[in-house]
Amino acid sequence: MRLDIEPRAEVSKLAQILSPVLAVFVAVGIGGLIVLALGKSPVQALFVYFIDPLSQSWTLQELAIKGTPLVLIASGLVYCFRSNLWNIGAEGQFTVGAIVGCILPLATHGMDAGPWVIVLALIMGAIGGALYALIPAMLKVWFGVSEILTSLMLVYVAQLGLDYLVRGPWRDPKGFNFPQSVVFEPGATLPNLMSDGRLHAGIILALIVVGISWFVLTRTLFGFGIRVSGAAPKAARFAGFNAKRMVVFAFLISGGLAGLAGIVEVTGQIGQLQPSISPGYGFTAITVAFLGRLHPVGLVLGAFIVSLTVIGGESAQIAMKLPLDLTTVFQGVLLMCVLAADCFSTYRVRIVSGGAR
Amino acid sequence: MRHLIKLAGATALVIGLSTSGFAAEKLKVAFVYVGPVGDFGYSYQHNEGRLAVEKALGDKVETTFLESVPEPDSDRAIEQLVRAGNKLIFTTSFGYMEPTLKVAAKYPNVFFEHATGYKRSANVATYSAKFHEGRYVQGVIAGKLTKANVIGYVASFPIPEVVSGINAFMLGAQSVNKDIKVKIVWANTWFDPGKEADAAKALLDQGADIITQHTDSPAPLQQAEARGKLAFGQASDMIRFAPKTTLTSIVDNWNDYYIARVKAVLDGKWKSEDTWGGFDANLVNMAPYTNMPADVAKMAADTEAAIKSGKLHPFTCPVMGQDGKEIECKGKGVLDDGQILSMNFYIKGIDDKLPQ
Repeated sequence: MRLDIEPRAEVSKLAQILSPVLAVFVAVGIGGLIVLALGKSPVQALFVYFIDPLSQSWTLQELAIKGTPLVLIASGLVYCFRSNLWNIGAEGQFTVGAIVGCILPLATHGMDAGPWVIVLALIMGAIGGALYALIPAMLKVWFGVSEILTSLMLVYVAQLGLDYLVRGPWRDPKGFNFPQSVVFEPGATLPNLMSDGRLHAGIILALIVVGISWFVLTRTLFGFGIRVSGAAPKAARFAGFNAKRMVVFAFLISGGLAGLAGIVEVTGQIGQLQPSISPGYGFTAITVAFLGRLHPVGLVLGAFIVSLTVIGGESAQIAMKLPLDLTTVFQGVLLMCVLAADCFSTYRVRIVSGGAR
Repeated sequence: MRHLIKLAGATALVIGLSTSGFAAEKLKVAFVYVGPVGDFGYSYQHNEGRLAVEKALGDKVETTFLESVPEPDSDRAIEQLVRAGNKLIFTTSFGYMEPTLKVAAKYPNVFFEHATGYKRSANVATYSAKFHEGRYVQGVIAGKLTKANVIGYVASFPIPEVVSGINAFMLGAQSVNKDIKVKIVWANTWFDPGKEADAAKALLDQGADIITQHTDSPAPLQQAEARGKLAFGQASDMIRFAPKTTLTSIVDNWNDYYIARVKAVLDGKWKSEDTWGGFDANLVNMAPYTNMPADVAKMAADTEAAIKSGKLHPFTCPVMGQDGKEIECKGKGVLDDGQILSMNFYIKGIDDKLPQ
């Protein structure tokens, strides 16, 4: 007797929608068992993790702030992943976007230059990220170099570049040699939306991007090309889509949105350049994209869940003295469950009786 | 439905009032760490301080901590602690400076303490330790023990705290050995065992026979041990990682400070101020002097005692700059605190260019 895994002939729409929901429930169940093993109440943990953050205006705003860069980056990654391109370097494109975007805010510091600075900064940030993503794209198109490797390695180049700038030419002259830029002028930061919290205009940009992205991917020929070149590369070629051009466009969009996320984060949330500007958004966004099943709107839900675990994780450290590692473990369990649910909804396990092969 | 919510609110209010009427509420104190509590270096020592507070004032306070909080993400972490009812919050890394000030401006009734920064406000105090005093003692030991007359220095970032440490080390070494040389490698990290080990290897290859470090992992010590050389530990007593190599460690000791500040809040006497103490304030300790002859150990202990009592100042004038010109003496026969806190020059004898 043995187990066999074979593709299902037909995957129902319902199963596709329900499988990630089921996965979340299973993951919560496993998380509850771990909490129980730590000798704490799983019910209280569930409340602190998932209900508490949703019950106050402040935490809701924090969820949106945390989710903004994730949604922007994941929106771009969907274009790559859908066309079977593995852009692992969004973190680097995020960083370069922040660097290029900050050129104007820093150059006009102390000049009272007005709100056009922030507008141009956002555009430059997006262009910076897009051009940086062009490097792995061109290496793949011209020389067939694996984009996984090049995009990942370029993350470190970008981070060291930022490090050099804030310790060298962009260092705040009044900062006692500490590595950080000056604090941006109000005209060079994204406006705040609420009086009682930190919610900034970045969330509006993110939602606009989600809307446009949904339209492009589901309603345009280009979006169709992206989807086909991932699902059936040969068919895409027969249909006349230029594979190389698809690679370049997917990376440009992906890098541009990651770069936009970078400059949004720096001008909306942090307010200055520092050696480190991201707790790993570029990598977390990969999880977010897959949690959202690579759907341009679904990823908003993915970003929501991931942000919730981060903020809930902090509450759990404070309210229940649960270790930070639990949050990290839980995020891993969640992703495994989603991938497993995905697997079981497209494949089925069959018990085959009889001798071994 | 609306009535139900009102009712629930009223009940909660009554319960809240009645409980606070029965027992005096504990003061909630929170800590934000940049690394994991288990780094056996910087964050570990801050957490030891937290535990000391619990031990000393456990019946009056309740402590919480958040570990490995990324600096760009710390605004929210600090605000969550405020919203959870903490009235005194210690943020223990330089990168938390702006976020601490931002949150503090929103909550004038909460007290904040930021380690190693330089910006204060009505409810934000700053604190740091004179680690350079420990470096001076290390310099004396190294100057006595080196045979190659070359010391390897694994440095982190060219900020004043690190630069003044290098200078103090050199002054200590020069006080007993005129021919000594210090070679510096900038690892550009506070905690990265791989990079720190590479830096130590490079220094040993260049002929250094004693290694000292201003990074937080025991990796440089272990490299020195593998080559049979000598080295100093950092932030906590690291002798268990290199028992045959460790001469002593500079130990950060936040215990007394944290207890005193929590008491100040309990007594209603907390003020925003800057605290910067060394051996005398018991903020910096030296681990036992090991792996050295008794006369050197005695000399080290005497130097430590002299600094503690104020008889000896590591930066006693005249201090010569790298170009051989005398540094202006702003204190009474010594460099003043401001000069040390913003130090961005090397003293004479250091064969390195300060990264600018």
